[in-house]
Amino acid sequence: MSDDVTTLATPIKIDYSYTAGLAQSRYLHGLSQGKFIGERCPKCRKVYVPSRGSCPTDGVPTEEEVVLGNAGTVTTFCVVNVAFAGQQIEVPYICAQVLLDGANLSFMALIQELPANQVRMGMRVEALWKSPEEWGPTMDSVKYFRPNGEPEAPYESYKEYL
Amino acid sequence: MTPMATNSRGRPVRPVAVVSFAQAKNVRREQEHNEVEMLMPIVSEAFGAVGLNKNDMGFICSGSSDYLVGAPFSFVMALDAVGVWPPRRESHVEMDGAWALYEAWTVLQEGELDTAFVYSFGRSSPGQLDRILALQLDPYYVAPMWPDPVALAALQAQALLDSGRATERDIAEVSARSRRDALGNPKAQVAKDQSVDELLSEEYLVAPLRRHAVPPISDGAAAIVLAAGDRARELVEHPAWITGIDHRIETPALGARDLTLSQSTTDAARSAGLDATSVEVAELHAPFAPQELILKDALSLGSSTRINPSGGALAANPVMVAGLARIGEAASRILDGSASVALAHATSGPCLQQNLVCALAADPDAAVGKKVA
Repeated sequence: MSDDVTTLATPIKIDYSYTAGLAQSRYLHGLSQGKFIGERCPKCRKVYVPSRGSCPTDGVPTEEEVVLGNAGTVTTFCVVNVAFAGQQIEVPYICAQVLLDGANLSFMALIQELPANQVRMGMRVEALWKSPEEWGPTMDSVKYFRPNGEPEAPYESYKEYL
Repeated sequence: MTPMATNSRGRPVRPVAVVSFAQAKNVRREQEHNEVEMLMPIVSEAFGAVGLNKNDMGFICSGSSDYLVGAPFSFVMALDAVGVWPPRRESHVEMDGAWALYEAWTVLQEGELDTAFVYSFGRSSPGQLDRILALQLDPYYVAPMWPDPVALAALQAQALLDSGRATERDIAEVSARSRRDALGNPKAQVAKDQSVDELLSEEYLVAPLRRHAVPPISDGAAAIVLAAGDRARELVEHPAWITGIDHRIETPALGARDLTLSQSTTDAARSAGLDATSVEVAELHAPFAPQELILKDALSLGSSTRINPSGGALAANPVMVAGLARIGEAASRILDGSASVALAHATSGPCLQQNLVCALAADPDAAVGKKVA
């Protein structure tokens, strides 16, 4: 029958407030000060950035703060070629996992200032921060990462983080 | 090796016991710690009580719901509180932790592993609990009207009053007793000494429910260590043996069942081999006070059974945790030597839709194999 009900719209909207927790709050406040703050596991000595408050390997609190620098290594990457709704970055662009020097956990970062087809695993990069008045408790405080001109890192140095 | 007993269906049951229980202080709003940080202290407390650590666990199972905090795979991130390296056998149920315990018990029945760790966490404060719980309802005819859990429980309460099996005073007595008992539970959220008349003088929240008949909104977490056979005997003096455990579900169509009864609870109890007359302590997961009266009938509990000495879910109701906490509280009465037979119950869904019954005893053979008439 042509008047059969075949679809039904039931709009759903739920608002949430997010609790970052103590460790993530320390990381987010660090971003407000232009710093990457990691935390070290007292047992395995690994440094997590950001830390969720626990070492995922040992299950113990990570409480020793470690301030990390701006330099790191691209462990892996993808090149985004298709724009999506609300896209703010011009395609193609590079979305990479960056392992900061001294960290044992990579995070996702935007890579700019080089043609997308030239990114490589092992590429050495650095964070370019926005001007201090634009800093806040968000990764948006970092404009993007860019090549820092150092020679490519050996595979051995990041193979554990792939 | 311990000889295997049989359950009410004649199948072998490997003796498995609760050997440790820990729970977080229940609060209205946990604003300082994230889920991992909430769990870590109770994970170490549960392990510490029996001198074990994560590496001693053969299996890990958790219960939680991503809807509560609005974070996809929040249960995977929560695993950081335990630490799972080297990789280990692990599972999760998008349900109350009591069902995670059921899965862990089932895994231990296979006989390959001797220990399991069960935990759950539930933070109701980040979202809108009344709307989130409406999403578990029939998505076509019921959920679009956003009926909240208090309204649905009020329908059930009204049906119970209309049946003549309970009065508003009976409901207030459940709440007065629960809140008073909660004064002795340092983890409780609502603990007060109030008279029944005082409670009956409250305005209706959603008639016929007054504020006292409705649970608080809670953030909480709980953890349990299970051990089988001789391993349990090595760890604690009085293991809380699970002599039977089962769960049953009823139709999601609220109009298609008698809300004043809980057939699924009765059936689960029978399957768990529960001998109601022997139960000294029962921890019933009845978030709304009238539900305790329905469950008491469904389980045929008499006046000799002490119900909810912890204060129950009326004292703290962390969604996804309160059922596991009932098992932990009931087991604690055996672990501390104060009871020899206990019962724990957990519920899920609106108006007691799904129910789990866990029979516990100081003697692993006590209730196993007994059939309820």
